[in-house]
Amino acid sequence: MALQAIAFYLFSAIVIGAAFLVISSRNPVHSVLFLILAFFNAAGLFVLLGAEFLAMILVVVYVGAVAVLFLFVVMMLDIDFVELRQGFLQYMPMGVVIGSIVLVELIFVLGAVTVAPEISAPAAFPVPPVSEQANTAALGQILYTDYVYFFQAAGMILLVAMIGAIVLTLRTREGVRRQKISEQVGRRRAEGVELVKVRPGDGI
Amino acid sequence: MQIPISALFDFFLGFFGYKLASGTAYFIDTTLGIFVMMLVILVSVAFLVLWDRKIWASVQLRKGPNVVGPFGTLQLFADFIKFAVKEVVVPASADKFVFLFAPLLMFVLGMAAWAVIPVTENWVFADLNIGILYIFAISSLGVYGIIMGGWASNSKYPFLGSLRSAAQMVSYEVSIGFVIITVVVTVGSLKLSDIVRAQEEVWYAFTWLFPMFIVFFISALAETNRPPFDLPEAEPELVAGYQSEYSSTPYMMFMMSEYVSIVLMCAMTTILFLGGWLPPWPFGTEAMSWLPIPPIVWFVLKVLFVFFMFAMVKAFVPRYRYDQLMRLGWKIFLPFSLVWVALSAAIVVYFPDAPGVIQGQVGP
Repeated sequence: MALQAIAFYLFSAIVIGAAFLVISSRNPVHSVLFLILAFFNAAGLFVLLGAEFLAMILVVVYVGAVAVLFLFVVMMLDIDFVELRQGFLQYMPMGVVIGSIVLVELIFVLGAVTVAPEISAPAAFPVPPVSEQANTAALGQILYTDYVYFFQAAGMILLVAMIGAIVLTLRTREGVRRQKISEQVGRRRAEGVELVKVRPGDGI
Repeated sequence: MQIPISALFDFFLGFFGYKLASGTAYFIDTTLGIFVMMLVILVSVAFLVLWDRKIWASVQLRKGPNVVGPFGTLQLFADFIKFAVKEVVVPASADKFVFLFAPLLMFVLGMAAWAVIPVTENWVFADLNIGILYIFAISSLGVYGIIMGGWASNSKYPFLGSLRSAAQMVSYEVSIGFVIITVVVTVGSLKLSDIVRAQEEVWYAFTWLFPMFIVFFISALAETNRPPFDLPEAEPELVAGYQSEYSSTPYMMFMMSEYVSIVLMCAMTTILFLGGWLPPWPFGTEAMSWLPIPPIVWFVLKVLFVFFMFAMVKAFVPRYRYDQLMRLGWKIFLPFSLVWVALSAAIVVYFPDAPGVIQGQVGP
């Protein structure tokens, strides 16, 4: 138990520290690296909670894929730090508004404020205890059996969003030479090779 | 893997009238076990690198390393000493912390994945319920070592190499993920030892999952930046890619972790498709029980076989062009493995008697 407590405080301290460094680092690449550290330790917290499937998915999806793309973009940016700092005051009111909304919501969650308890009560499925069902199976049960239509709807929305993004950005550029493998393979000797008799001094 | 070293401690402590608490005994056993495992992996990697070079040499009608020790067996140890005693050169414009952290990260990740590999039935540090996801997560982190190394070098070639590598590893992780899903769907468990046990009847490389075996093998080559997909370190274009600025010990750590992850991929191929520690198909455990061969021998032989394939591919397949690499990953492997996921699910549901399918996993 003591070991778990130590691990919990270690992970939490690193998450908070890393999250702070994400916004305070001067170098955006360092920010992203700290963000990855924060994700990773959040995964550690999930493991401590016994949600090992979520932990692994967090690492695979956020750390392994999303953050790589972040890092990709940030590394390619040529950022002028002085210019970056100028807009700070301009965006601050918006940031304060969003931050305070999130803070208030967090207080509601932590204070367990329930506006209408009779609505939220029957919506929840009874969750079997951890000892009876592995949490991977439990997640599968909820996502693919209990709420399968919502899951499908979310998938469709994401698909539409993806197709939309591709359609909006896809354009055929002129003058780009592409490799057409079927043409290369389908080439015959008759059209590829020509026997030319060249008389000396004449050229072709 | 539990090596009861603590019993030895207990024995000596017994003279003084002490006895180890069970927690302490567990701690000692696990820690020493980890050291032993690391030592075994690193030493075998040294010999595997040698073997790799020997195979490569004999395909090209050369002799390969043959000077240090009998048949050149000590070549890698000589290399190790040479790497370790050279000066570490950090470029003046490099981001020093990230520069030195990157090889360390690669090395730690390469080793960490071995914690869940079941070498035999009970030889495993942590037989996690989600072992295969753990390995997938760890191997998806490997890309950071390369990106960080390339970026922190603050130099053109390493940066280009790391960008290539990042794109390549992320692309091929997708198809590896789908291949893993086909196997997991068939087995009905994410536990690595369950996956091996499910192949008691038939190895998955000999069922309808055979195409996935091929896809996994090729994706593993790409994932570990092995030839023919070693574009991140393509020497004609990029000097040595992300490793260009590295010297001495940090370079050695990059190289070692690369080989450790290659051997890990060999072990994964063995576990997913070649039946792990099980004796060869079609004989089965029962029929082979008269042979006094411990299961670990089968496991090691299979890993060596897959490694041999890796080495042969390196020896005689020319390097891919980058657009061909991306085309293969996204336009061929991704749709193909996606179709195979659907097919596997259909087989599990409609033909539960098919070889290799673990029955009773589909609920009402």
